[in-house]
This record gives sequence, C-alpha cells and structure tokens, in this order.
Amino acid sequence: MSLMHVSSPHLHKPVTSVEQVMKQVLLATLPGVAVLTWFFGPGTLVNIIFGSMLAMGFEAWALWLRGKDYKSPLKDHSVIVTATLLCIALPPYSPWWLIVVGIGVSVLLGKHAFGGLGYNPFNPAMVGYVVLLVSFPLQMSAWTEPRGVGEVPGLLDAITALFAPASYDGVTAATPLDLFRQNAGMLFDDLMVSKAELAGPIAGIGWDLVNIAFLAGGIWLLRQRIFTWHAPAGMLGALSVCALLGFDEGSSTGGGSVMFHLFSGATMFGAFFIITDPVSSAVSNRGRLIFGAGVGVLVYLIRVNGNYPDAVAFGVLLLNFAAPFIDQYTQPQVYGTKKIEVDE
Amino acid sequence: MRQIFDIHGGIHPPERKELANPGQVQEMPLPSKLVLPVTQHIGAPARPIVEVGDSVKGGQMIAEAQGPVSVPVHAPSSGTITAIESRAVPHASGLTDTCIEITLDGTDTWVDLKGLDDWRTRPKAELVECIRQAGIAGLGGAGFPTAIKLASDRERGIHTLIINGTECEPYISADDTVMQCYAREIVEGAEILAHMVGAENIILAVEDNKPDAVEAMTKAAEALEIADVVTFPTKYPSGGEKQLIEILFDMQVPSGGIPADIGILCQNPSTAIAVRDALLDGKPLTDRITTVTGMALQKPGNRRVLLGTPIRELLAEAAFDRDAADRVIHGGPMMGFAVTDLDMPLVKITNCVLAPTRTEIPPPQPQQACIRCGMCAEACPASLLPQQLYWYARAKDNEQLERHNLLDCIECGACAYVCPSHIPLVQYYRSAKGAIREAAKEKVRSDNSRTRFEARQERLEREAAAREAKRAARKAAAEARAKSGDDPVQAAIERAKAKKAAQEPKGTEDNAQ
Repeated sequence: MSLMHVSSPHLHKPVTSVEQVMKQVLLATLPGVAVLTWFFGPGTLVNIIFGSMLAMGFEAWALWLRGKDYKSPLKDHSVIVTATLLCIALPPYSPWWLIVVGIGVSVLLGKHAFGGLGYNPFNPAMVGYVVLLVSFPLQMSAWTEPRGVGEVPGLLDAITALFAPASYDGVTAATPLDLFRQNAGMLFDDLMVSKAELAGPIAGIGWDLVNIAFLAGGIWLLRQRIFTWHAPAGMLGALSVCALLGFDEGSSTGGGSVMFHLFSGATMFGAFFIITDPVSSAVSNRGRLIFGAGVGVLVYLIRVNGNYPDAVAFGVLLLNFAAPFIDQYTQPQVYGTKKIEVDE
Repeated sequence: MRQIFDIHGGIHPPERKELANPGQVQEMPLPSKLVLPVTQHIGAPARPIVEVGDSVKGGQMIAEAQGPVSVPVHAPSSGTITAIESRAVPHASGLTDTCIEITLDGTDTWVDLKGLDDWRTRPKAELVECIRQAGIAGLGGAGFPTAIKLASDRERGIHTLIINGTECEPYISADDTVMQCYAREIVEGAEILAHMVGAENIILAVEDNKPDAVEAMTKAAEALEIADVVTFPTKYPSGGEKQLIEILFDMQVPSGGIPADIGILCQNPSTAIAVRDALLDGKPLTDRITTVTGMALQKPGNRRVLLGTPIRELLAEAAFDRDAADRVIHGGPMMGFAVTDLDMPLVKITNCVLAPTRTEIPPPQPQQACIRCGMCAEACPASLLPQQLYWYARAKDNEQLERHNLLDCIECGACAYVCPSHIPLVQYYRSAKGAIREAAKEKVRSDNSRTRFEARQERLEREAAAREAKRAARKAAAEARAKSGDDPVQAAIERAKAKKAAQEPKGTEDNAQ
C-alpha cells in the first residue's frame, strides 16, 4: 500500500458539512412554521412538503441536464432549504401551479442558470417569490384569517386547495401590513383597534408570534454560528431607525410604530433566514452589516411608500445586486497592513 | 502580570498532545546509516567537502555554507561516507536533493569540541560566525539560518527577544519536552541571544496548556533578571510568530516585513539551546528532540534523534503499524506535509513525525461547492477573506489576489479546518502564491530583457550616428582640402614613391644574403 499524498491541514473540524449547515437551518425554521400552522392551519406545512419534493425533482433534472452527478448534490439539502423558505413566504392554501412555477423559477432560474450551489448571485427563493408576486398578485395576497379571527382550515381543505383549487372556497383576509397600507387615512392607534386582525399585543393577531418564533429560530442559528449577527442586526437596526424617524405618534400619514414594523410580515423571517443566505450576500462582516441595513431601509420605504405591502424580497434582490459593490469597499483590515505610527 | 491581547480568528482543534507523553526524552540507539541533505534550511544549499570513502568523526563539518544565506552540515556520529547523491528529502513537493550518506561505525567518536567561555567579551561578529559555523537553522519548523537573524544590523535595534514555546499545533510536544527537561539551557541560550542583539527584555512565551513547562521555565527564569515567562490561552495558531507578537504586544508586524522591523526577535526554545551548545561547548547542531506520535505507533514519544536518521527507522523504533496508517506526516497535522518516501531522513526542521491511523485522521472528504458561509473568514488569524481568495485563485486573477493580500496568508490551515465544504483552501493559496511569484520573476526577466533591448537599440543608434558624424566630418575635411588646392591623390603618390626609394637598398642586401 502506498502512502497517501495529501495537502495540509490534515485535521478537519468534526461534523461540519454543507449538509449539516442546511439541516440546522431547516431545524431553525420549525418554531416559525409551527406558529404559522397554529394560526393559519396546515397550509404552510403542505406547501413545504409539496414544494420540497418538487424542488428535489427540479434539482435532479437540472443537474442531469447539466451533465452533473444528480444523486449526491441532492444530499446537501440546499434545495430543500430554498423550497422551504419560498413555501413559508407563500400564502397558505396556494394552488399547485403557483408552487410549481415558484419552485421552478427558484431552482432553475435562480440557482442552476447561474451555475448551481454557491454560484447564484441572487437569493433563489426570493427570485421565485418576486416572479410570483409580480405575475400572480391575486393568488399571492390570498392569506387566510388567523385563528381567533376566523375559521382555520383543516388538512383536507389544504389538500383540496393545493390540488383542486377550483373547488376550494377559502376565506382570504388582509394581513396587518395590507390593512396598514389600505387604511392610510386612519390614525395608527385607531387602525390598531378597529380591525380584529390587528388586536394582537404587538402587531396583529398571529403575526407578532410568527415573528417571535422566527426570531427564536434565528437566535439559535446565531448561537450555532451558522451566520454572524451582522446582517440581521443591520436590517433590524435600520428598519427600527427608519420607523422611529417616520413615526409621528400615530398620525394618519405616519409610518407605523417600531414594534409594528419589527414584528409584522416577513421582518424576522427575512432578517434571520433570507438575508443571511451567505452565497448572495456580502462577504465581510462589515459588508454584511451594510447589506442588512440596506435591506432594512428598502423594506421600510417600500412598506410605507411603495405599492406592495411587504418588501423583504425586493429589498434582498436589490441588495444582491449591490453585494459585489459593497464587497469592494468593505475588505477587512488584513494583519500587518495597518499604517503604524512611528514613535520618534 | 502582563496584559495579553487576542488575535482575530483562530481555532481549537483537538490537542492530542498527551499521546507522546510530553516531558520525557527517550534516547534512540545509533542507526546504521544517516542520510544528510545539504539543504536543511532556507537558503543556498551547503557544498559537500567530503568524498565517498572518507571517514568522518562526529561533529566534523561535511558540507560548508555557500554564500551568506546558508548553513553548513556536520556529521552527527563517526563513520564512513558511503554515498553523495540525490535522494528524497522532506519537502512538500516530494523533491529530491543532494544527500551525504554516512555508514556509522558505532563507536561514536567525536572531534575535540571547544567552547568560548568568554563569549561576553568577544565581538558580536565572532559570535555570529560561531553560530553560523555550527550549522544552526531555526528548529521551530521554518529553518531560517539563525546567524542571519542575529547579524542583521537594524537602526531601531531589537528591544525584546521572544523565546516562542507556544507550540500550538496539535500532537507536537517537542518544545514542551525541551522546556520541561532543559529549561536552564534555554535560559542560558536566551541570555546569549539577547546579549548579541542587545535586547533588554526576554519573554519566554508558553501556551497555558503546558503547565509543567511553565513551571520549569519560571524556575529557570529566576536566574536571569530580564527574562519573564508569559502564558496565554491555548488557541491555534497563537504560535505563529506574527500572531504571538500581536498576543504579547497588540502590535502587528508590517505586511511583507519581519519582527525585527518592530524591534522583536523570535527564536524557538530548541534553537536557543543549539546556540548555547555552539558557544559554550563548541558543539555543532547534529541532533534534535522530535515528537514521534500517532495512534499507528505503539510506542510514541519525544525522542532525541540524530539528524539524518531515516524516518523509517524512527517509526520502526516506535513500533509502527504500517497497515493501520495511510499517511505519515512530516511536521504537525495543520501545517505538515505527507511523506512520500519513508526513507527520507529527519532533518533540522523536523519537529514532529505523525503516523495517524485511518480513523484518527480520516481521508479527506470530497470537495463541495463553496457556499460563502464565511466560517473561514471568522477563523483566519490574518483577517483575510479566504472565500474570496479561493474564488480569485480559481479564476487565476492575480491582481485581485494581491489586492486581497494573498501574500499575507500564513498557510496555517484554520480556514480549511472549518470549511463545511471540505475545500483544500491552503492548497489553492500555495499554488496561487507560486503562480504570483513566478509571474513576478517573469516580469523581472521581461523587464530586464526590455531594458537590455532598449539599451542595445540606443547603443546601435548612437554608434550609427557617430559613424555618420565621422563620415560627414571626413567628407567635409576632404572638401576643405580640395578647395585649398591640396590634392590628396598627388600627395599619396609622392608618399608611396618616397617609401619605395627608402626600401630599395634594403631589398638588395636581402638578395645578397
């Protein structure tokens, strides 16, 4: 037997792999998904299961088309993460074709058109989401009423909605962010008490708890050192500052309170699960802080002044464009390159 | 208590130092043959000064230094020179180099050694020469000629000597053992080194995972007022010279510079002992303490080995189970390289020979795509962006690589250790560095030839212009003469006639003889 000729280092950190990282991300979405399921029924869960199976199929197909080994890359779970993130963002009880289009765009266009895992300049889940949002605005705003406001659909409803959307007759309702945008003429405090959906302790029934659950998952990932605090802190910090500056004690033209913005819509999900995608974000810690802050500012501006109720997807995609530019100016100070003052 | 600073990044790999039982030196029986490469240091190879068939004694110089950045090689024991030829030597690229083979006679007869008792009063140049002639190169692993470090005269001077006993790499306990067993000698050597460079302070730096070494060193340091033992938390790669300086002083060695630029000299404990032995005992560097370890060995330990001992014999002595291991590593598991030929010898820089089993250090896993997670950047002690460097290294974008300070990479391997995609990052950087150096050399070469070409062009033009000017001048002169009525043709004819007339009588005489 001959000696193996391998390059240093010979030691490797035990149990770290792409698969491991992806598994931890999936695990961290559980609290958020659980709360979503509690308030909105099994729709999101059904989305995720259906979407993940589709995504694996698309991934294998894309790899096969590209002449790559189509079995082992599936094991890295990255495509399941993409599918899960997209499906969490989709309204529950979406029809099958919406998910097929979304996953197809995410995996084929968002990921493989650019060269597959590690090469995508844009967050694949957000590419899929934005394509759906601009193409099918009706279906994309069809959120249901949360538990406590209306009837929560069951598993049978979920399956009917998925595979036979024509025969499913669900009740859709506006989300707190929709209400906020549609009722620009009302005083903020009046708005918060006038609608049953907004009667929650912070930012509407269900939604604040959904945000808290994603925040909890995110903090766990942070502690697992899957990502650093910079991007989430940048986004939440910038969003808070914007909300603070724009909030005028609740007049009809004001921008909504800090707590309302932090715990509404996709804020926490975006801050910990979307903008932390390492592939499409800036690389240095300082860069990631700026990247996150950019998303935070855009989310606020689009929520308050834009045509869409929420804006994490647009914010992320726009900052994905800017990431190489940010990288250019945020290179860390390398050892020994600091100018030293010569003491005379 | 001295303040300690933290460095960026770093990792905590399993240490596994207990395996080699640090603190005990095991002696090796004399091997039958020694193979001594002429290059065991950074710099020009030494030139053999013995021939096949010569008998040599221990301590006798067998190859002399060539040029200033070079160190000689001495025979570690007595015997006969049986070969001077190219053999496999310890090198990451599996190179061969000229080696001198000595077949030992087993008597271990030595030349007479004579130390300098009065080194304090000798001129510095003499001490430097003595260290140079003793064949001392840094024993920590890099092998830079020690005399060069000591000889360099810098305006700002050296204020602090650091004896670097950090030994942060897993498995290795050679320095730990040396510090436990020879603390007094280390302090004596440090005193000599500090005297030579004029350092006012000596820091004996030890990581806090070696309490026995700290105790021994603290005791020994009591004998020397300017010496202090400093301990700091265990973290890889704290033992890197640049990292250690940042830990101790919160200062950074300028990029592309050396510690002496900021008034610091670093030496390994074993190097300090070698310096002491060279000056006080007149003994050249012919042996060292090496950690021989790994689960594929039944008798691991720290052994005193003669330079030139084949790794095969070292492993055999430690009861090596060849079937359990699929690699043998020269150096530590983070920065060492895989040995390609077990017959290659142990040299001055060999601080460790590691023979792990397949389960202990498993074969590398297949490389996956970089997901730019940034774990490498978190681990990098030089604050580089390894993921970007990897990108640019693959694209062979030398400009971006230099802009991202590839050349400040110390190749510690922390990035590759944490990489979830199992990318052999260091390998990419080594290869890219080689390409950049090659490109720089190529640029110098092409610049030189361009300069030469331009100079030649200029010279040819200058000569052509000069010829033209000369011709024009001659023409002008002829015209001037023609104008003044002085006919050159007539003058030439007259000169020829006069010459002929002068030669005629001589020609007659010649005929008469």
